[in-house]
Amino acid sequence: MGHLIKIYLYNTMIDYIITVLLIAAIYAIFALGLNLEWGFTGLINFGHVAFLAIGAYTTVLLNLSGVPIPLSVIASMCLAGLCGGLLGIPTLKLRADYLAIVTIGFAEIIRFALLNEGWLTRGAMGLYGYSRPCEELIEYLHLDYNTFFFLVVLLILVLCYLILEKLIKSPWGRVLKSIREDEEVPTSLGKNVFRYKIQVLVLGSMIAGLAGSLLAFYLQYINPWNFVPLVTFYAWIAVVLGGSGNNKGTVLGAFILWTFFSVTRFAQGYAPLSPTQMGALRIMIIGLLLIILMMFKPEGLLGKKEELTLES
Amino acid sequence: MLFGTIKGMLSVQNVDKSFGGIRAVAGCSLKVDDGAIIGLIGPNGAGKTTLFKIISGFEKPDNGAIRFEGENVAATSSFELAKRGLIRTFQLSKALTKLTVEENMMLAPQFQHGERIWNIWLRAKEVKRQEEENRAKAISLLELFDLLPLKDEYAGALSGGQKKLLEMARAIMADPKMLLLDEPFSGVNPTLAKKLLGHIQDLRENKGMSFLIIEHDMPMIMQLCDYIYVLSKGKVIASGAPDEVRADERVLDAYLGGV
Ligand SMILES: Nc1ncnc2c1ncn2[C@@H]1O[C@H](COP(=O)(O)OP(=O)(O)O)[C@@H](O)[C@H]1O
Ligand SMILES: [Mg+2]
Repeated sequence: MGHLIKIYLYNTMIDYIITVLLIAAIYAIFALGLNLEWGFTGLINFGHVAFLAIGAYTTVLLNLSGVPIPLSVIASMCLAGLCGGLLGIPTLKLRADYLAIVTIGFAEIIRFALLNEGWLTRGAMGLYGYSRPCEELIEYLHLDYNTFFFLVVLLILVLCYLILEKLIKSPWGRVLKSIREDEEVPTSLGKNVFRYKIQVLVLGSMIAGLAGSLLAFYLQYINPWNFVPLVTFYAWIAVVLGGSGNNKGTVLGAFILWTFFSVTRFAQGYAPLSPTQMGALRIMIIGLLLIILMMFKPEGLLGKKEELTLES
Repeated sequence: MLFGTIKGMLSVQNVDKSFGGIRAVAGCSLKVDDGAIIGLIGPNGAGKTTLFKIISGFEKPDNGAIRFEGENVAATSSFELAKRGLIRTFQLSKALTKLTVEENMMLAPQFQHGERIWNIWLRAKEVKRQEEENRAKAISLLELFDLLPLKDEYAGALSGGQKKLLEMARAIMADPKMLLLDEPFSGVNPTLAKKLLGHIQDLRENKGMSFLIIEHDMPMIMQLCDYIYVLSKGKVIASGAPDEVRADERVLDAYLGGV
């Protein structure tokens, strides 16, 4: 009997760990999109969550109206990318801070639209009852869906990472880094800086859209509160923590952040604090850790000192 | 008529530019023939750098015309001008400090296949071959500029003079038709500067490159240039062959704070 309890506990533990890693992997993909924009190109996007929301809602809405899953995911990425590009056109020719302001505004507009356009999104009620990839097959094979989906997300994360690394190490990536440092230089050498920035914003938004699709499949129920501005800053924390302009660092940052979140959630049961207090405490601890990190290792855990983006 | 008859590389006609109350460039005209090396001198604040910015499209003139290869380019954007072969350097050198010296060089060539996302996957071989070619070219230029041992260093680690050198090498790497050099030799040791003077003449002879050079070192500019324009308070106050300019009273006055 004691033996059985042990096995049960062990299995729930494994389940729990897989869930944590699954969420971390989804947000790692999300953060990789931001790292392309900020880490490699120096674009300040404070509304990255908008593209996560666009991805999630597009996937779910298409899914609910019977569009096959792969098509709906591709459509989500395209729509997110399109929105990114459209935001970039009026702002990327202006000073860098304009993009920051416009993206913050855009993310809030999207969230309020999701809340208020009930005919489409069912507002605060959220959306559910959509299907997930290969659901029947996995059931038929008597496999654990969470584990299966974790492996799918992991595969996508690895693919994103590899594609981004290849891009960054190409001549295209070299131009991005030159834009990040001083866009007058690539301009003086005949590079169309505006075109590169648009490409980056489109690509970064597509990646966020993909993360949004995956998040929707994981959650099985989405509502506008999944897409509050704080989510953008989780991505920023992951990028800065791991080292801006470093894809490995970004993935590491996302995993550290989500491990921290779940460990503290675990500790909730033992702490004499209300959930709200606990939530606030978690953010405070993260803030404190980031301040300490910035004091001693401003380039982030894996970043290179010589490539520090913040210093001018 | 002074302009328009000879088809030159570059001609600047009656260009004006004010910043608030300051007339940085005031009705300035000059021209650069195909394959010429032209000097632009004048005291600090004369408007030389501003004129460079206008020529290269980084600033728009209030008035006047800029013709590059016979075409009015006053409204052309700076990156397009660079694409067409008009490359400038910056007075306060802009080495990309967070890239290595070699990466700085590799950024410069025009029309790199690998600068298009799809080519990175679809034409990977060509991208690689072009990178190899460009790398070889970068290395020989770095050697010429005494920077080869530093090729894998971050450009941020270079001295002021080395950054100037890197910037000039990078500009040459872009294979321009015309090069605008803003005080290229400030902080560069005289022996190396002399060697680079030779290289500039080489580029003119072998590639037909044209140059417009701002420089404060008089002996150097006199030796290098075919023709010199002297700018003071935004106006061309004298111009001519080096000997003529050297003998011109107005030039001395301008430098001594007169005019
Ligand atoms: N962006 C600017 N805003 C205001 N004034 C400027 C600006 N750029 C140049 N100036 C002024 O224009 C004049 C010419 O400057 P500049 O072209 O740099 O001279 P030079 O290169 O000959 O030393 C100076 O008085 C300078 O202060
Ligand atoms: Mg100057």
